[in-house]
Amino acid sequence: MSFRPPAPGTQPPYDAPAYGSTHKRHPKQALLRIGQTLTETSAPRMTEALYPAAANLAKGPGWEAQGERIIVAGRVLDEDGRPLVGAMVEVWQANAAGRYNHERDTHDAPLDANFKGEGRVFTDAEGWYRYTTIRPGAYPWRNHANAWRPVHIHYSLFGQGFAQRLITQMYFPGDPLLPLDPIFNCIPDAAARNRLVAAFDLDVTQPDHALGYRFDIVLRGRDATPMENTP
Amino acid sequence: MSATSSQTAGPYWHLIDFPAWADLLRAGGPNAGIAGERITLVGRITDGDGAPCPDALVEIWQADPEGRYDAAFHGFGRCATDAAGGFRFTTLKPGPVRGQGNSFQAPHVALSIFARGLLQQLVTRLYFAEEPLNEQDPILASVPPARRGTLIARPEDAGTWRLDIRLQGDDETVFLEV
Ligand SMILES: [Fe+2]
Repeated sequence: MSFRPPAPGTQPPYDAPAYGSTHKRHPKQALLRIGQTLTETSAPRMTEALYPAAANLAKGPGWEAQGERIIVAGRVLDEDGRPLVGAMVEVWQANAAGRYNHERDTHDAPLDANFKGEGRVFTDAEGWYRYTTIRPGAYPWRNHANAWRPVHIHYSLFGQGFAQRLITQMYFPGDPLLPLDPIFNCIPDAAARNRLVAAFDLDVTQPDHALGYRFDIVLRGRDATPMENTP
Repeated sequence: MSATSSQTAGPYWHLIDFPAWADLLRAGGPNAGIAGERITLVGRITDGDGAPCPDALVEIWQADPEGRYDAAFHGFGRCATDAAGGFRFTTLKPGPVRGQGNSFQAPHVALSIFARGLLQQLVTRLYFAEEPLNEQDPILASVPPARRGTLIARPEDAGTWRLDIRLQGDDETVFLEV
């Protein structure tokens, strides 16, 4: 068993001139393509027992964050449409004002003592995950003149193989900053890029409580062809 | 349906940093009490100017001392680089891992590096110097000899192995497409 290579154009390059931080951090030598071994096809079992879930970033005992409460839900599937069961999904984000609860974030926007901006959930038997948070704010960065990141939530996912490990970002529909963002636009394939934009979803929306967004995530699928030396 | 695109972890990924995770042998952790050779893996990540990368996320994935991924040992760790670009993991030395057919891979640790400026992770491997199986490891063998050393950790103090990682430039680390 091995995992299929990503479809052409769906993954960003290491060297992206419009995104300045890549200049000194991208390898100049080509990556060495290796046949996957047990190391790449196995993965840590990330269980709730080891890594406790935290599905509500917006509210806890005695505290409630400022901002527009939202619910985000979606499925984690592989490229063959198979749900990933028990997959660990970590999320982190800026607060409603566009400020991270992080010592190196110097943006002049208010911190919210009631918003840490970090959560962890696990997919159920159909691959569904769900968490409640507040809608993050856009924030400036120093990449180019008057640069602002579109509103986004960072995602970290573990699948069933080391080769499926994924860190990505979820964006919000209709954000006018999306066409201007070098990080979003470094993905060559427009359809793949647009799959990073969540959809407003009335089924996820809870009456009198919070707007809902749907964001599905697809991890690499398994190769049908067996490994060369498999008996 | 094609796989979701990767995006950078950015500079503020530390909201999901839990420093205890860099010690795979931590008290009360998943591996407390599992026998094996205790080792420390250290290294420094630098960029094309030789400047430290002080905001990188390093993860390891490794087999247990018997070379198994499906036994009790939880071979996962996460570490944030410090101001000097340094990372440090405490773990057990992995055993040889089954490869194709009846062959064995030399003991190794898989590394993923995420950071601001990396739109997807960089993957590499840490092997151990002087390990007899290194000579016949198929992945090491596929690396041009002049660059092979970028994958081989050297012993420092007792039980400490160092592998520095250069993202770009002279002595650039060999990164793997997996
Ligand atoms: Fe961000």
